[in-house]
Amino acid sequence: MASHEVSQDEEAYEEKNVHEVYQQIARHFSATRYKPWPIVERFLQSQSPGAIGLDVGCGNGKYLPVNRDVFIVASDRSENLARIALQHQPHSTILADILNLPHPDSVFDFAISIAVVHHLSTPERRIQAVREILRKLKPASGETPGGRALVYVWALEQKSSRRGWDKGDDQDIMVPWVLKTPVPENPDAQPKVFHRYYHLYQAEELERDIDTAGGRVLESGYDKDNWWAIATRVDQQHP
Amino acid sequence: MKLLTVNFLTCAVKTCKGSPAAFPLHFRDVELELHDVEFQPDFIRNIITRVDWEGLHKMANELNFPTIPEVKPDGEALQSEQLLRDLHRLLLETQVAEGRLICGNCGHEYMVKEGIANFLLPSHLV
Repeated sequence: MASHEVSQDEEAYEEKNVHEVYQQIARHFSATRYKPWPIVERFLQSQSPGAIGLDVGCGNGKYLPVNRDVFIVASDRSENLARIALQHQPHSTILADILNLPHPDSVFDFAISIAVVHHLSTPERRIQAVREILRKLKPASGETPGGRALVYVWALEQKSSRRGWDKGDDQDIMVPWVLKTPVPENPDAQPKVFHRYYHLYQAEELERDIDTAGGRVLESGYDKDNWWAIATRVDQQHP
Repeated sequence: MKLLTVNFLTCAVKTCKGSPAAFPLHFRDVELELHDVEFQPDFIRNIITRVDWEGLHKMANELNFPTIPEVKPDGEALQSEQLLRDLHRLLLETQVAEGRLICGNCGHEYMVKEGIANFLLPSHLV
């Protein structure tokens, strides 16, 4: 089947240009990712004690220490990153793919996916990723509101950042990661450069993807070179 | 991997979604370890309300933990520190170091290695 073959190509592309890179840079990447972003922090702290959540594409697990009164099942594609995330109690970390999450549907009170969806290489796969997260959330039922998901993606509009991209630039790009490996035996070794694939989101594109995926945007905004949105499922649970 | 995690896991294969046989996943050849996790009675009390008790009960039976109550404890029962400590030990401190998790619907096996369960599917199942 043609469409199946295409999706296998995209998978292989992401394997090479996203997953393998994170495996290689995991420790260095993790050492640079320790400060939680305030909007994400606030979202996690607003969850009730005993709430059950997902952290899809948890990386080194930097959001897991934020709230110890909830239980988060965190997942990542990179084993090296998942291993770093594993240390955070009382939560759990597994290896999983955002397009095939191994969780029951309609169960979770909240989900976060921070700087992950922009690594998928086609619009269909990005929308499918959002759909997969939304279907894990508890639907609203009568007066009880449904679960909420917070999604962050990198913005195209970041003129003032050191990257300097802006409206009109190419949205599908390879971003270098320079890995300096100071080994005592070879202090003059050249730094190794890895390239990760990114899709840079335009204004309103994330909201549109959520809408197409069957979600409703409750809140959204721009925060330090990123677009973010808090979304819920549109469908209600029928008793 | 903490045993509590299994209550929030099912098969990653699309066609197994919603199949009653896909939840809970079944353990095979497990090597369990006890890890110290700080005891927080309120955490256990709050989490219990969100646990699928039937699924938990099944898992506990398969792993030969005999002491878990038949029905989900609530109200007065959740004031018992002994019960909360037992559940804390089972759900958070008892962890799977090595083993396999198997889907009762499609039979696919997920490996647990050094405490991490791997749900990445081979490409023919995606």
